[in-house]
Amino acid sequence: MSKTIDNQVDVYLEDDFKFDKNVSDDLETISRESLTYWQDAFRRLKKNKAAIASCIILILMIVMTIIGPYISGYSYTEVDPMARNQTPSAEHWFGTDSLGRDLFARTWIAGRVSMAIGVIGALVNITVGLIYGGVAGYIGDGADKLMMRIVEVIGSVPKMLVIILISMILKPTLTSLILALTLTGWIGAARMVRSQVLQLKNFDFVHASIALGSSPWRIIKKHMFPNVMSTLIIITTLTVPGLIFAEAFLSFIGLGIQSPNTSWGAMCAESQQMILFYPYQLLVPTILISITMLCFNLLGDGLRDALDPKLRK
Amino acid sequence: MKKYLATRFMHMLITIFLVITITFFMMYLLPGNPLGELVEKLPEDVQANYMAKHGLDKPVYTQYFIYLKKLVFHGDLGESFVNPGRSVVSILKAGVPVSSRIGFQGLIFGIPIGLLLGILAAYKRGKVMDYFTMFLSLLCVSIPSFVLATVLQYFFAVKMQLFPVTGWGSFIFTVLPSIAFGVRSIGVHARYMRTSWLDVMNQDYVLAAESIGFSRTQLTFKIILRNAMLPIVTIIVPELALIFTGTFVLETIFSIPGIGSYFISSVTGRDYPMIIGQTIFIAVMYIFAMFLVDLLYMAIDPRIRLTDSK
Amino acid sequence: MRKKVLEVQDLKVSFHTYSGEVQAVRGVSFDLFEEETIAIVGESGSGKSVTAKSLMKLIHDPGEIKPSSKVFINDANILEYNTKKLNEFRGTIVSMIFQDALASLNPTKRVGYQVAQSLKLHTDLSNTEINTRVLEMMNQVNIPAPERRIRQYPHEFSGGMRQRVMIAMALINNPKILIADEPTTALDVTVQAQILKLIKKMQVQNKMSVIMITHDLGVVAGMAERVLVMYGGMIVESGTTRDIFYNPKHPYTWALLNSVPKLNSDKSEELYSIKGSPPDLLSPPAGCPFAPRCEHRMGICNRLMPPKYSSEDQHTVSCWLMNDKAPKVDLFKRIEVGYNG
Repeated sequence: MSKTIDNQVDVYLEDDFKFDKNVSDDLETISRESLTYWQDAFRRLKKNKAAIASCIILILMIVMTIIGPYISGYSYTEVDPMARNQTPSAEHWFGTDSLGRDLFARTWIAGRVSMAIGVIGALVNITVGLIYGGVAGYIGDGADKLMMRIVEVIGSVPKMLVIILISMILKPTLTSLILALTLTGWIGAARMVRSQVLQLKNFDFVHASIALGSSPWRIIKKHMFPNVMSTLIIITTLTVPGLIFAEAFLSFIGLGIQSPNTSWGAMCAESQQMILFYPYQLLVPTILISITMLCFNLLGDGLRDALDPKLRK
Repeated sequence: MKKYLATRFMHMLITIFLVITITFFMMYLLPGNPLGELVEKLPEDVQANYMAKHGLDKPVYTQYFIYLKKLVFHGDLGESFVNPGRSVVSILKAGVPVSSRIGFQGLIFGIPIGLLLGILAAYKRGKVMDYFTMFLSLLCVSIPSFVLATVLQYFFAVKMQLFPVTGWGSFIFTVLPSIAFGVRSIGVHARYMRTSWLDVMNQDYVLAAESIGFSRTQLTFKIILRNAMLPIVTIIVPELALIFTGTFVLETIFSIPGIGSYFISSVTGRDYPMIIGQTIFIAVMYIFAMFLVDLLYMAIDPRIRLTDSK
Repeated sequence: MRKKVLEVQDLKVSFHTYSGEVQAVRGVSFDLFEEETIAIVGESGSGKSVTAKSLMKLIHDPGEIKPSSKVFINDANILEYNTKKLNEFRGTIVSMIFQDALASLNPTKRVGYQVAQSLKLHTDLSNTEINTRVLEMMNQVNIPAPERRIRQYPHEFSGGMRQRVMIAMALINNPKILIADEPTTALDVTVQAQILKLIKKMQVQNKMSVIMITHDLGVVAGMAERVLVMYGGMIVESGTTRDIFYNPKHPYTWALLNSVPKLNSDKSEELYSIKGSPPDLLSPPAGCPFAPRCEHRMGICNRLMPPKYSSEDQHTVSCWLMNDKAPKVDLFKRIEVGYNG
């Protein structure tokens, strides 16, 4: 009955025209095992070499800030008028400053402060932002409008300005410094959380959950939280560099950490004045600040790519 | 649409008012002698004279209203404590052009380079060039401006002596600070533009336009460029306003007489009228810029314009 | 004998992705004649959209139209055109309309401007002449108050109106061939009918040929004279609409027809659905792409790609069941093997 076009077969096998009774049972099964959202994200993050490298570098830095001050054998406050402004040597691996203090120890003590401010500040920002934004988004209506109005006003003022002014008013302790830095910082997180919550509220899977009888808490816990979490992780990582920068900035103007405590920014400020004579003193804190900021940015970017649900394979 | 603009304008005014009020009261709530060390050493009756002259003997609220009155009706921000005889406004007038110059030059240098890098990265997406440009951009954003400034200063001014180390004068004094300021913009704009460009490039309307016969050049310049620039515009404008806060440290490092260095010295010297005056100036610039962004966005994106009028 | 306006020979298109080469279209050949409407039917991933875009060489990196492919329009292989020729022929000889009209229109330009683009690109008409033509076109596609409408932006139009705008934009230069890529999928049923009617009207009026890409058999029934059924990047069956609907010879076609719920079916009958999912085009099977899901699968089906068999009246089928050696199967009868009953 049929006329063939493209006839290429000359040899047929025995079973060729018998029905294949092996009905595949796995027709309806999914071909690859599915991973949870977090497993998938982690897998993707691992592939991002830059992000992993940054992570490792940061961990190394943190370790150094913890043990560093003890390795060199000098205390960071030990003043030695005989050994002022020495270039790096076997004795003092990073050299000494104008008071003869060992720069290696000072660098890592300074690192503690800079990192602490960055991380703690970011966490404070996130927490306040999460609560504020979450409440505003979840409640909605009037309360939301009011809360957002406040955010608008606070956000209309340039952050640096506020930071500088607040630092002026408060005593320059670590706590007040963090307070100054976070007073305007939480706004970004609050806005993001709020918009996520608003979006999620309207998603069908939430409606489905409600239709199936879940309580509000369960909904928050199972549905909203994981989705918001990923945004928060990303924001946290990306806020840290800004805070480290802000602290360094303040130290440069003299409003930051005071002696004998120090931060990388303060070290930059001190050494900048002597750039003509002892340029090496500037090298280390400068590089460290830049590397830290870079690593947090790379990591944050990597996290953002890894946690984006649309990229799941 | 007009209603929306009017509301935004009102918001702007309210925010400015709040900023003035809060800043004013913040300064006056600070401990210590408002006139600072300058006056502490003077005998008591001279002090009293000084206080009366600056109206500091009156209660805070009265001072506040006097301040407001002077500001709104006379554009007078008071007199500097540290440099008596010089009005805040005159100091601002001297410093603003200087800071603006660095800022503008920096942006003119940084923004176009950033945008071009971003477009390049978009076209070479996924390839080495893409990763390279994005890494470069990240670097630009991650290196603090003052770090870059000191490095530039050290290599090009101190060692190679191509530029003056500090000071202000002819064009050559502006080069290093402008570069230090503008580098960050390269990074910011490259990243934004890459995202925006990729986004627009892959839109259906670009394909549809191609299907009726647009050439690649026409597509790039007439359609993609115009639509990709939309979100970029909204970040460029605030950056203009942030010039004033961004140049603070640079002015210190290069000893440039802009409002940034005045601000810092007034902070350390507790020159309250200066601090308040500058804060108000900078804040107002910024708030106004944000308002401008809203206006601009309305003007260029028809979707926003029309949905609000409903 | 009607004149042939389009001839596709062995079209092969692949996408080079991170995970490998996805063979979206694996050897498609067909003809299109003057003033006829054909439909290309298939599920998502069958390759029909990619085929459509290839006809105008709208496939870009990472997609690649394999060099052996040929698309002849007016006796010239457009796949070999340089850019200048391509730009000339797009919008004048062949035009395309897309599924999502909102996404396919530039949100920042007025509608009138966009409809006029094709004229601006390809003709020397003055602005007044262009304007007249645009208004004329808007009338033809039944957009009321066109003078006001041309100054508006795409988002100010309803879905159906936007689709009409797209049609106006595509047809303003009187192309000989219109490719419609799922033009009604995103629309309400009543609006769908209007748009299809409009396309039909324009076709008759302009003496165009239309290629209708769709997954909706109802659209096929109402619009097309011939149907090409695609699966797994290939055409598995083609023939006149009547033949395909009443005498499908490929198990996939039959299954497709059977999946459409019928109004008069016995309520106790289960809805028929085809088990399994479309083939992985990263590593396509050596044999017939439908074999894993086919109830009448034979040994050879897994092993070798079936050739194109043709029966009377332009009806072609790529299925081993058509081979003389194969057992005779009546597709309309239920067979115990593998049926989901």
